[in-house]
Amino acid sequence: MGDIMINMREVFETNEMIEKENLDVRTITLGISLLDCMDSSLDGLCERIQDKICKKAENLVRVGEEIEAEFGIPIVNKRLSVTPIGLIGSAACRREEDFVRVAKVMDQAAKEVGVNFIGGYSALVSKGQTPKEELLIRSIPEALAGTERVMSSVNVGSTKTGINMDAVRLMGDIILEASRKTADRDSLACTKLVTLCNAPDDNPFMAGAFHGVTEADAVINVGVSGPGVVKTALEKVRGENFEILCKTIKDTACKVTRVGQLVASEASKRLGIPFGIVDLSLAPTPAVGDSVADILHEIGVEYAGAPGTTAALALLNDQVKKGGAMAANVVGGLSGAFIPVSEDQGMIDSVEAGALTIEKLEAMTSVCSVGLDMIAVPGDTKAETIAGILADEMAIGMINQKTTAVRIIPVAGKGVGEHAEFGGLLGHAPIMPVNGFGCDGFVNRAGRIPSPIHSFRN
Amino acid sequence: MRRAIITVVGHDAVGIIARVCTYLADHKINILDISQTIVNGYFNMMMITDVSGAEDSFVELSQGLEKLGEEIGVAIKIWREEIFDSMHRI
Repeated sequence: MGDIMINMREVFETNEMIEKENLDVRTITLGISLLDCMDSSLDGLCERIQDKICKKAENLVRVGEEIEAEFGIPIVNKRLSVTPIGLIGSAACRREEDFVRVAKVMDQAAKEVGVNFIGGYSALVSKGQTPKEELLIRSIPEALAGTERVMSSVNVGSTKTGINMDAVRLMGDIILEASRKTADRDSLACTKLVTLCNAPDDNPFMAGAFHGVTEADAVINVGVSGPGVVKTALEKVRGENFEILCKTIKDTACKVTRVGQLVASEASKRLGIPFGIVDLSLAPTPAVGDSVADILHEIGVEYAGAPGTTAALALLNDQVKKGGAMAANVVGGLSGAFIPVSEDQGMIDSVEAGALTIEKLEAMTSVCSVGLDMIAVPGDTKAETIAGILADEMAIGMINQKTTAVRIIPVAGKGVGEHAEFGGLLGHAPIMPVNGFGCDGFVNRAGRIPSPIHSFRN
Repeated sequence: MRRAIITVVGHDAVGIIARVCTYLADHKINILDISQTIVNGYFNMMMITDVSGAEDSFVELSQGLEKLGEEIGVAIKIWREEIFDSMHRI
């Protein structure tokens, strides 16, 4: 309880943020270790996974809803992440179908405990993959096409290990296969599959959430949001100098993050599960007024993608981190501004206005929190071209010691000028043109790109 | 003491405070402070209350007040004080 009684202005400021500016906690993600579920029998593995998830997560949704009601703050998603299945299934799974069966168990468990997504159908292969991890990767299209709530990620590179180009090339094929397998749903499976470099172990956001092997048995991670709150705050300082601009973003990010920390602490206490991190993210949704592109516009660029956009995004990302760092007990995950296309109406508008291309997005990913996200491209894009886009993005992450990722959707049967519709939080996207010049000679080389010189910090 | 903040926002009308206070009295919620103002015809009220005597759960109180708000034509929310402390006090 505060020593100084709260005043009316502060109360109504909070009320406005929630009611009108879409302030919410984007996700409480419960990370669950499945290491103790490993078994050489597939039946045994599936049974243990089912039991552990249902036991650990049985109160997650109820507690999340209680916190929502008591503190008046919407908690949009309650989610799970588990230890990468590429590891967990390595003793039991002998065929792709065996891994798919594990995905179905995850899906069923997620449904039973009432969460909308479960992350961790994943493989960490930044330097090389075991035969079982390769099997898991090959099973991804079928696993995602045959489940509703399962999310998949593959970490193919890191600053410490370099980039596993064999895995990058394979992911080009896998993404296309996932696209074809869900052709009737605008290639929905690709919205649930992300390829990462420097993937964090404690990310609460999908599709890249998994519970790293460095983590404890179970942990609560919280992702905050609030692009609308930042935009509204910036409307009040139009034309002011950069110092005031930056301070306004920092102050707002601080307030937003304090709410995230409160929710994280409460959830941890009520569930009896340790608190992990708060992810300080500006995560947009397709709702009007919940857009990172609108913040960039408010900072002063006509559309996201106009000259100046990368600099504007760089300062935004940095101020969010600075403002949030003091407000959270522990910061982690992806932390920064997300720039998905289909999940952000302002970004969609920018693409449709002709202001935003994949190449400009790539530049923006060098200063945003993650990478090329929710980008729809023509369904006839070649696997090698997709692998080339992945390799470029991974290289930005590797060299700059940051997390980067690609979630690209080659929309089966559709081309530039058409639209893909994914529904709900996943949104809709105009199909963007891809640079059609070849890169086959590059991506078809075997092996890996070695780690950069500045990784030798020992 | 367990403090909660109640906010009431909407078009001004006769008897808003009376209806809300009656509800609070019926549910054994003690009012510690009331601030109220009218901005552009809109009624804005904040109450600081002690809910430690209430028999209903917080979720029930929240739903009950929301329903009362619908009857009167205003938006009523009840919040644990900690959210404001967290956001506005470092």
